[in-house]
Amino acid sequence: MHADQKSNPLLAAAALAVFVFLQAPLLIIAAAAFSDTTFLAFPPRGFTWDWFANIFEVSAFRRTFWLSLQLAFLATTISLMLGIPAAYAMRKYGVRLPGFLSTVFVLPILVPEIVFGFSMLQWLAADLRWPVFPTLLIAHSLIILPYSVRVVSASLATFDFAAQEAAVSLGCPPARAFFAVVLPNIRAGILAAFILAFITSLNNVPVSLFLIGPGVSTLPIQMLTYVENFFDPTVAALSVLLMLFTVVVMIVVERTLGIGYFVR
Amino acid sequence: MMARALPWILVTPGLAAIAIFLLLPLGATVATTFDLSDPFGSYAAFFADDFARGVLIRTMRIALIVTVIAIVLGLPAAAYIARCRASWRSVLIVCAVFPLLTGTVVRSFAWIAILGRNGIVNEALVGIGLISEPLTLLYTEFAIISGLVYLFTPLMILSLVGVLENIDRDLMAASRSLGATPVATFFQVTLPLAVPGLIVGSVLVFTGSFTAYTTPLLLGGQRNTVLATFLYREAMVNFDWAAAGTIAVIMMVATVAIVLAMGRLARRLNPEAG
Repeated sequence: MHADQKSNPLLAAAALAVFVFLQAPLLIIAAAAFSDTTFLAFPPRGFTWDWFANIFEVSAFRRTFWLSLQLAFLATTISLMLGIPAAYAMRKYGVRLPGFLSTVFVLPILVPEIVFGFSMLQWLAADLRWPVFPTLLIAHSLIILPYSVRVVSASLATFDFAAQEAAVSLGCPPARAFFAVVLPNIRAGILAAFILAFITSLNNVPVSLFLIGPGVSTLPIQMLTYVENFFDPTVAALSVLLMLFTVVVMIVVERTLGIGYFVR
Repeated sequence: MMARALPWILVTPGLAAIAIFLLLPLGATVATTFDLSDPFGSYAAFFADDFARGVLIRTMRIALIVTVIAIVLGLPAAAYIARCRASWRSVLIVCAVFPLLTGTVVRSFAWIAILGRNGIVNEALVGIGLISEPLTLLYTEFAIISGLVYLFTPLMILSLVGVLENIDRDLMAASRSLGATPVATFFQVTLPLAVPGLIVGSVLVFTGSFTAYTTPLLLGGQRNTVLATFLYREAMVNFDWAAAGTIAVIMMVATVAIVLAMGRLARRLNPEAG
């Protein structure tokens, strides 16, 4: 490596500043969570765990957290059940399928979420009078479907279909060859798709916003509602817990795929 | 023949879900905005209204400024990641991805702690005696832009790292050995080759900022309405679904237009990416 490529101090300083900018707000909010004040303050004054305790005392947080987890789990499962077969078909039989299919499967990302949420409200909730939870579930499954298709498709790209054909030629039924040969080989991709889709569902605001109903809300929406009414650091404390969750997720991704996975 | 139909059998459930639960409701929403007696009446009303036009212009201005700042911040960060050693590189990618996996509410909320009356900026400015009264930083367009830049810069970095890594280092070395300064090398060699990543990143950042709801709601307050918060208010506070539908269609058309225009630009600047 040439010396001039390796270290340009100006570039290094600029990059460092950007990375400080990306981490600082999260550190600030983590510190503010411990402030002994009834308003959000940084630098924090005093030290208290009260705001963490308060999360568990607000029953709406407990209820919506549980609902968000269920919703994210079910929606992710549905999106994978729709997405894995589609990704598999497009990779293996791509020549027999029209090219626009891959575009169709990213449509849910291209449509602005706030627009999609509103049209789901008009269609499923108002016109068809569907109950709240199924409507939320379908909406979440759809917005995360593109992640499932794309991530599974990316992991199938490195899978050698000859292995599956070998199994079939040795007498294994095609469907069994899929479950015994293909699926185990792309399990890291499926796990990554699961994690990305799960987090996307868990964090979603714009779609859920229109579809929540009496007694049924999601955690991010509940956080917004809380912030509108209270200025105390409870949401900062909750943010710390969610960041810890993100850390766990990143460790899982690192263990299964390597972090370079996010850059392609 | 079963084997011929198999690919279609596998993609049909996903396609059906998209057709029934995405395209159909969107089509229905679009249909409600056209009245038979006055087909484009709701759009004419939107563009005739000073407030609505102001919201559209504000939203576009914010998205444009955020995109430019994200490019300015993302380029050096991505360039640095692309050329540093593998171990250090994964640390920096973790730093870029971590905020992305943390929810929008948390990331926007953090800016309340930074820009609020008792926030870090005001405390510091009062502390060093530069101002005596806290400044109004929160609930301004500046706050929205800060929050959105924070939200989307990681996406720009990740879009750029891939292309910058794939640029043959010998090209830069050649440019340098022929006497170009580092700055000239950057603008004449590196930047043109990074165009595909820049365009992908810009589309993500622009459309993301253009349609964002949570950040403008938390950081913009009542006075800095953008299209997304406007749509929500018309639908859920004023119960004017016709007006909300009109905003929805305008947002959709603008988003699609930007994606298509940038795609065309990408092909023109870099025919191979086609």
